[in-house]
Amino acid sequence: MADEQKPGGSEAPPPSGSEAPKPPAKPAADAAKAAPPKPAAAAHPAPPKPPATMAATPWDSDLARELKTHFGEGITETSTYLGQNFLVAKPDSVIPILEYLKLEADFDYLVDVTAVDWPKRAERFDLVYILYSFSRNERIRIKTFIPEGFKPETATGVHLTANWLEREVYDMFGIEFAGHPDLRRILLPEEWQGFPLRKDYSILKQDDRWVQENLGIPSGQ
Amino acid sequence: MSDTTFLDSTELVLNMGPQHPSTHGVLRVILKLDGEKVLGTDCVIGYLHRGVEKIGENRTYAQFNPYVDRMDYVAAISNGLGYCLAVEKLLNVEVPARAQCVRVILTELNRIASHLLWLGTHALDIGAITPVFYCLREREEALKIFEKYCGARLTTHAFRIGGLQYETYDGFEQDIRDFNKWFLPKVDEYEELLTNNRIWVGRLKGVGVLNADECKEYGVTGPVLRAAGVKWDIRKALPYSGYEKYEFEIPTRENGDTYDRYIVRMQEMRQSVRIMAQAVEAIPEGPIMGKVGKVIKPPVGEAYVSIEAPKGELGYYVVSDGSTQPYRMRVRPPSFVNLQALDRMVAGGLIADVVAIIGTLDIVLGEVDR
Repeated sequence: MADEQKPGGSEAPPPSGSEAPKPPAKPAADAAKAAPPKPAAAAHPAPPKPPATMAATPWDSDLARELKTHFGEGITETSTYLGQNFLVAKPDSVIPILEYLKLEADFDYLVDVTAVDWPKRAERFDLVYILYSFSRNERIRIKTFIPEGFKPETATGVHLTANWLEREVYDMFGIEFAGHPDLRRILLPEEWQGFPLRKDYSILKQDDRWVQENLGIPSGQ
Repeated sequence: MSDTTFLDSTELVLNMGPQHPSTHGVLRVILKLDGEKVLGTDCVIGYLHRGVEKIGENRTYAQFNPYVDRMDYVAAISNGLGYCLAVEKLLNVEVPARAQCVRVILTELNRIASHLLWLGTHALDIGAITPVFYCLREREEALKIFEKYCGARLTTHAFRIGGLQYETYDGFEQDIRDFNKWFLPKVDEYEELLTNNRIWVGRLKGVGVLNADECKEYGVTGPVLRAAGVKWDIRKALPYSGYEKYEFEIPTRENGDTYDRYIVRMQEMRQSVRIMAQAVEAIPEGPIMGKVGKVIKPPVGEAYVSIEAPKGELGYYVVSDGSTQPYRMRVRPPSFVNLQALDRMVAGGLIADVVAIIGTLDIVLGEVDR
């Protein structure tokens, strides 16, 4: 039942108001917005506090048991939330799991690869793979937690569609995939500096130098 | 990318786009050619990148709702439906039956509008000038219904999290019935013009073949997958918004070529009419908004919800940290993923077929680039 938000929560001081644990992602844009809720929270001293972690329940099924016996330590959690099953795996086990699911359990369609940034956590990124099986009509999500600078293995050897999806993750989060055949930026220009979907990249930020050199204007703002 | 050449000649690199009428927006394709034969491609995308996912993290759930319309702007209602369903899933709210029914009608009408624009421009790319005028004429009627319903034609922002903003206008049902009655003969008309047209068949048959296994490898969904013989449609496989209540077929074909994708989309328009006809007779009475608070604040958690958009599987992966803004807003765009298969589809073919294949993929660059 280890949840991805627990490590971040334990590092931070115990949250005093419900707004407090928000990561420092949008300082400028939200400065004005963040101010009003605080007095409101003080005026109503006892709002029903939502749980700080995802209220996931254990996922018990033949497939979950099969995976657990096959990968043992490699899978740290099998849960379900809102009827959606997911498992948390160690970074090294992800590709073998994808391969196993494809060959043995018919999860032959890699729907999406994406990441979530938790800057306060030791393992900074969630790497999320969403799989679907046509024959079982079932979706499953595989999550793994990786620290900054860690180079996860590419999934292109298992699913060709991972090529562009991983390029986008690299483009937006700066996660480099080891063994990727063509790891370049995909949506942003190749010379762009910075990874926009990281939480420390403000929404107002941009690569000014690139804008000045290529567009001939002082700023795009 | 194949490295065997037809003749021992030098490779020619040709740039196509981003300002090219047949790329349907700002897609740039770098073609590697051997004479007229395409050896491989390299897609350069991102010209329309606006950072939609980043914006999603910096707006409240309700504020982000209009932004999703700007991704696949020819099927804005589908985008809105997918987004609303994802947030509703996180909030765990039930959408009233009336709202679900109206949502289905409008979404299917939008599917027709999207397919019409595809048909018109696809035919124009191939060299048939006439269909685009017909298609835009019919699409206009669909857009008029959107305009009467919510005041906007393209970026409609028709749905709200929890249901609908607007009650249907007086005569909405009759407008849909009239549209259905009037529209079906128009599909026959297009088919008369194209389906057995020798030039049309000659340009499309056997072009850009993508078989079922390749589709699954590349994660290609929607009509492209169905034209390869996979009977899979999220409306049937994992029904949402009450699609299980309506009778309709999933049109499929075997060959997975451009011609089959054309046939599949034509039949899908007929099926959409069928769904609308059933839904419009069964709009239940009742509220149009579910129990959603003024401030939308989903509990900590995450959900992935996807719908069958006109282009394929459109998914939203939303992570909530319990605040009023999404912590992560991932959009899984069908156009982006489908476009990746372009290289496989054009390799070995002729340069003249590249425009046919880009057309048949039915991409919208607003969604590819986000």
